[in-house]
Amino acid sequence: MESVLGRYRNLVILMGVLFLQVLGLAVQVKRSSDTENTRLIRVWAVDVITPFERVLIWAQDSTGNLWHNYVYLRGVRAENRQLKDQIEQLRLEQVRLNEDAVQAHRLQALLAFKEQYISKTVAAQVIGSSGSDSSRMVYIDRGENGGVKRDMAVITADGIVGKVLQVFPSVSQVLLINDQTSGVGTILEKSRLQGFLKGTATGEVVLEGVMSDEQVAPGERVLTSGGDQIFPKGLPVGTVTKVGPGKDLFLNIQIKPAVNLGKLEEVLVVVERQERQAQTADVGRVRAADILAQRLPSVPDKPPSVPKSAGVVPAGGVATPNAVVPKTAPANPGGTPGQAAKTGIPSPGAASNGGSGSAQPGSKPASATVKQSKPSTAPSEPGTAQVGPTKLDPAKVDPAQANSQDSPH
Amino acid sequence: MPITYTSGEQLEVYRFSLPVTVGVPLLALFLQAFLPRHFPGFAVYLDLPLLVTIYFAMARRNPISGLLTGAFIGLFQDMLGHNLLGIYGIAKTVVGYLASSLGVKLDVENAGARFLLTLGFYFIHSAVWFTVAKGMVSLTQNWSWSRGLLAGLANAFLGVILYFFLDKFKQRA
Repeated sequence: MESVLGRYRNLVILMGVLFLQVLGLAVQVKRSSDTENTRLIRVWAVDVITPFERVLIWAQDSTGNLWHNYVYLRGVRAENRQLKDQIEQLRLEQVRLNEDAVQAHRLQALLAFKEQYISKTVAAQVIGSSGSDSSRMVYIDRGENGGVKRDMAVITADGIVGKVLQVFPSVSQVLLINDQTSGVGTILEKSRLQGFLKGTATGEVVLEGVMSDEQVAPGERVLTSGGDQIFPKGLPVGTVTKVGPGKDLFLNIQIKPAVNLGKLEEVLVVVERQERQAQTADVGRVRAADILAQRLPSVPDKPPSVPKSAGVVPAGGVATPNAVVPKTAPANPGGTPGQAAKTGIPSPGAASNGGSGSAQPGSKPASATVKQSKPSTAPSEPGTAQVGPTKLDPAKVDPAQANSQDSPH
Repeated sequence: MPITYTSGEQLEVYRFSLPVTVGVPLLALFLQAFLPRHFPGFAVYLDLPLLVTIYFAMARRNPISGLLTGAFIGLFQDMLGHNLLGIYGIAKTVVGYLASSLGVKLDVENAGARFLLTLGFYFIHSAVWFTVAKGMVSLTQNWSWSRGLLAGLANAFLGVILYFFLDKFKQRA
């Protein structure tokens, strides 16, 4: 027996080492796929490797900063001018977006939506990776000491990156969205179809769960849906690049991530989120006539009689799509879009469609019109007929609003 | 191709100092984790810990030492990822054993032999890795011949250069 063991000593040891590893694997598989039970061993590995990565990153950054901030300043003036121009353009766009945002908030408040806000983030630097294409994850230089916890969302300004998988004292593991074990609840921006995002073995990102009879076009943007309870709703995920038939009854939708996952440097960890009832700036109850008198000085005191049916919002909150605004009413002369948003009257572009006088189907929902269309004044005031094709659920509208939509008689 | 079949007595057996024995595998693991930050394709095509395993196993020509080196390096590589521990460990244990066993019988000192052996061991490593990953852990992995061949050639090419530098540290036993 001894001679046999001696003769095949190497082979026996090989079998022994392999058996131990297979046993270890089996134990891990049986316990769960969770990596918590091997946490201690992983901490050792991370503690051995990451200090060197940190030092190297620090040295790289220091050298880079020295070069870029003190030595290589060519083209900075031109870039400065370009950025100033860009700021001007962005300011103009911001005015327009503010208006939309206020209007959206008002709608959310009407429907008692709960909004989610990213209230606190922690900036972190990517210091390393797993070094294997079967495990698509990165290490960041923030851990428990920096307030990072498991399952926190990791994002950049461009979109989502992944979620925190494991947290160590000063380092965290982030599972990227292109890993095959990741999953993100998503929604297509235009078609509003929901699905879940998954990584593949080759590192691509696909959207699953969309039925094959749905229409999805390449180029459509994909956003987070908030359904996974990790990523806040509305963050950019990527763009549809290819749509084809998939398994069973589902489409195979390939996505190009909004973030270049192969070239990550700095990321933000969402350490705190808030959920609160959507609110809108409370301006009190103001009669539409008063607002119009304030903003439209040219409107005569006694407007010509209009047909009673025009512009009346019937009870139940269903606005008439073909409601007509009298052409005599000029569109917001002298009033800024911001004012329009604050007072609750939709801006010309939003409801009265550039002052052409008719609210077209497809124009932005004019929730404020519902609010302002007080029964006593609505039929007699010319401007209150600015309604879009918005359908409001009476059950979700708060009682004060519902009262204001009662029949005038 | 000058792969010479020789007896064990004719072959040189080498050893390495402790700093090299510990430092080189750690450096390989560190670079494997760090370089993909700058070169995203690095982790897809190159496996530095595998090259180090093959080199030490072939130079020492001791199967037990080779398989243990492979097991340690592989397990360490597993620890840096999020998959279960042991997938790389098993694959590199097998490669370490085979490389050292072959090193006992073949002259693995010249560049051509090293290139072919590294290419072969890359495929053995991939085969074992895929078997364990799919068979035991149910990881969904797709084997691509074109990518596998490219990665094998890249590893073999890099291996020849790397072994040349590592030869400077070896000492006759």
